[in-house]
Amino acid sequence: MSRDATETKESQGAATTEKSANTIMAEKDEQGTVGPKTKMVPVPSDSIVPERDVNQSPVLECRHLGIDFGGLRAVDDFNMMIGRTEIAGLIGPNGAGKTTVFNLLTKVYNPTRGTILLDGVDTAGMDTARVSKTGIARTFQNIRLFDSLTVEENVRIGLHNQIKCGMWSGMFRLPRHWASEREFHNKSLELLDVFHMAGNANDIAGSLPYGAQRRLEIVRALATNPKLLLLDEPAAGMNPSETAELMETIVRIRDEFKIAILLIEHDMDLVMGICEGIAVLNFGKIIAKGTPKDIQNDTQVIEAYLGKQDDAGDGE
Amino acid sequence: MGFLTNLINGISLGSVYAIIALGYTMVYGIAKMLNFAHGDVIMVGGYVCFFAMGSLGLPPLVAVLLAVIACTCLGIVVERLAYKPLREAPSLAVLITAIGVSYFLQNSALLLWGADPKAFASVVPFPSLTLFDGQLTISSVTIVTVLAAAAIMVVLTLFTTKTKMGKAMRACSEDKGAAQLMGINVNSTISMVFAIGSGLAAIAGVLLCSAYPTLVPTTGSMPGIKAFTAAVLGGIGSIPGAALGGVLLGVIEIFAKAYIGTQLADAIVFAVLIVVLLIRPAGLLGKEIREKV
Amino acid sequence: MERIKNLNKTTRSHIITFAIVIVAFVVMQALIAAHAVSHSIIGLLVPICAYVCMSISLNLVVGISGELSLGHAGFMSVGAFSGLVVASSLNTSINSAPLCLFVSIVIAGLFAAIAGLLVGLPVMRLRGDYLAIVTLAFGEIIKNLLNNLYVGMDNKGLHFSMKSVQALGMEGGKMLIEGPKGAVGIPQLSTFVAGFILILFTLFVVLNLIGSRTGRAIMAVRDNRIAAESVGINVTKYRLIAFVVSAALAGMAGALYAMNFSSIAPKKFDFNTSILVLVFVVLGGMGNIRGGMVAAAVLTVLPEQLRFIGDYRMLIYSVVLIGVMIVTNNPKIQRALEDFKGRFRRRGNKAAQAVDSLEGGVSDE
Repeated sequence: MSRDATETKESQGAATTEKSANTIMAEKDEQGTVGPKTKMVPVPSDSIVPERDVNQSPVLECRHLGIDFGGLRAVDDFNMMIGRTEIAGLIGPNGAGKTTVFNLLTKVYNPTRGTILLDGVDTAGMDTARVSKTGIARTFQNIRLFDSLTVEENVRIGLHNQIKCGMWSGMFRLPRHWASEREFHNKSLELLDVFHMAGNANDIAGSLPYGAQRRLEIVRALATNPKLLLLDEPAAGMNPSETAELMETIVRIRDEFKIAILLIEHDMDLVMGICEGIAVLNFGKIIAKGTPKDIQNDTQVIEAYLGKQDDAGDGE
Repeated sequence: MGFLTNLINGISLGSVYAIIALGYTMVYGIAKMLNFAHGDVIMVGGYVCFFAMGSLGLPPLVAVLLAVIACTCLGIVVERLAYKPLREAPSLAVLITAIGVSYFLQNSALLLWGADPKAFASVVPFPSLTLFDGQLTISSVTIVTVLAAAAIMVVLTLFTTKTKMGKAMRACSEDKGAAQLMGINVNSTISMVFAIGSGLAAIAGVLLCSAYPTLVPTTGSMPGIKAFTAAVLGGIGSIPGAALGGVLLGVIEIFAKAYIGTQLADAIVFAVLIVVLLIRPAGLLGKEIREKV
Repeated sequence: MERIKNLNKTTRSHIITFAIVIVAFVVMQALIAAHAVSHSIIGLLVPICAYVCMSISLNLVVGISGELSLGHAGFMSVGAFSGLVVASSLNTSINSAPLCLFVSIVIAGLFAAIAGLLVGLPVMRLRGDYLAIVTLAFGEIIKNLLNNLYVGMDNKGLHFSMKSVQALGMEGGKMLIEGPKGAVGIPQLSTFVAGFILILFTLFVVLNLIGSRTGRAIMAVRDNRIAAESVGINVTKYRLIAFVVSAALAGMAGALYAMNFSSIAPKKFDFNTSILVLVFVVLGGMGNIRGGMVAAAVLTVLPEQLRFIGDYRMLIYSVVLIGVMIVTNNPKIQRALEDFKGRFRRRGNKAAQAVDSLEGGVSDE
């Protein structure tokens, strides 16, 4: 029994029972036994997940997520569901609020409204570090590496919560330190190998070329053993061949690590090429959700990117 | 009447701290540096005024003016020689340089004027004000100090909000690069800030020495630290914050001295700062700056 | 093969640092034995050791953790005064002076660690300049509190008071700490050898910490706090670890320092001392442990050596300080230095490549 089917039934059912619910409420009211009248609303059910993930709980569920900065509603009524191994895309014009959504998911900002369920766990009240341990990792729009440290050290820091070693062991070089450092080293090289960066292990992160820095950020994020990987404009500044390589890499990551990926991108070839589900954000609200095909043909999306068209133009 | 006397003394001392703190906060807000040498400029102002009145026999007002001019020039010179080359350097480097300048000023004063304490003659040679049938005496220095602090604060606020130069300063404090692209001469703006700050320090110096008449090369050091604390207490970079912080600090210090004991007064003053910062991490009137992620 | 080369680079640097300390010690001992050292220098040996330890410990906070601490002398003084109280109390029961010194220093470190925790817990949530001013405030508070501390010892044990000598209510016995006068009659247990061992211990702890998982987390927080949080590192915890460890080490240095003199006052450990140590760290290069050590040693000896300049000594010191700061932070000079270093690096790379091709080693993918 697919989740989708159940939810559709529910929303239909909700519509029909609403009337009877009101009647019931009225009856009770007349009898004077029930408290204030409750308004029932349908749970958002316009989500789609890949078929292969349909029997597993979604890795991410956002319900009515929103944040206000003073008077500005930067993100409003954000509803999204991501399947366990889905590659999802979040697109929209500049300033739409995409990175803000990432910041909400990783608790850099605290949501004003709404719920975030990460692997079924409500992340309310968690801070960034806690949420990372729950299984979400991210890269940043402006690369945030530990510039003065080496490539391998950057990855080892990503592995911080996967391989433990106490402060005292480190300070006095007890056996646990040496064992864990070996583990750190091996695991780091393993991860760097995925991106063919093992040879750069001893280079200072700040000295790497731009593309390598982006890749290192992804490696570091993967090191935290996440269930959901957030990539913020991973193809920024890349030429077409690098972008093609990146697309392969992202799919490979999903296949090898069996995780879900949510990416923000402006490069439509990449988005339409590898994303299975896409949400389009404009002025902080979702204006369209669906498969690449759905999005490409959606008039609202076209309007948002290209302005009002006289005839339905080709999607960009 | 003890309470009232203490309150007035506190406000008076606090006003001195406020004037010094204003200089700190302006320089921090616009040049983004902690000018540790600020306290020692106070001391220089005190000495210049002392010698102007003593050796040159000039009337107090002229002596004060001379001190202000001297300190203003000193501030500009120090900025050009020691701080300008470090505009792009990490803030810690600038801090250390400021400390070097502070040591330089203290030791120059030591060599030039000796370590013996000078007896400073008050620049406000008016009689005290007696109220309530002689139960409450307010010295003229106190009145002038409080009025001066209030006037300075008003003038500074008007200056930064209404004048072109003031707007230039606020632009520089937001984004130096953008300000430059808009045609603002960042160099002269920053020099102006240091000039104003140092001029204020001179006024604070002569008022401080008029109230507490011993003058030694290290006179400016502790008030400098306390005024810096006051600026942070009020929210560094905020002009009303500096004034508020200064007055509060002065009042707390005097009350602590009066009711708890001179020995622990300093500890209490600093403890108050810590408590405030724990509750309001950006200071009383400071703004929380969100880092862009 | 690559792994061994990498291991060697960091370990090599550490070995060099330890070697420098050991060689300096051996050379100094030889010079002393040959009566080639002036009395003033001999008197400075323990203070040099103490300041070197202070520099290493402050570097942990300023250079490695990236936080500005302006109250480091406060922890030094907590260690100094608790150390000498312990030493005075144990002096009669423990016959061996080195053992008494050892115990005193360890307990001093513990007290300083507690002080570090008390200061650090509320403070670590603050950022940058605010953290700096609060550490300054705490430094002043500690100095003020110690100025009001009276400790005496009689046959009933130790007595403490924050008010006066009389309030101690002692019968006879001896005063250990007399408020602003400080400590008198300190058992002078510190030796150059002890100082040398303390330096080695401090280096051991700090260098090990830096190269460990904990040290990496501390440096990650320094380099990019937001990124560190995003990979699950508890920022406050690791800042606190650096701060408390640094405080403990400073306390030990303080105990060593205090027991070099017959008397010492709390005002010796004031803001100026905190700044003094900060200057060592900044001049030596932030995060550069070896540099900070050298700066500490040189700058402690230099004023003595420049005595002949007399009163102009501090003036010249300040001018030199300003000059060095400007020069080392001047972008033009920095670029020249980078080019210079680059030339060596390129030659080194060529050599490494030659070695690689000979061994048929792994090339970059």
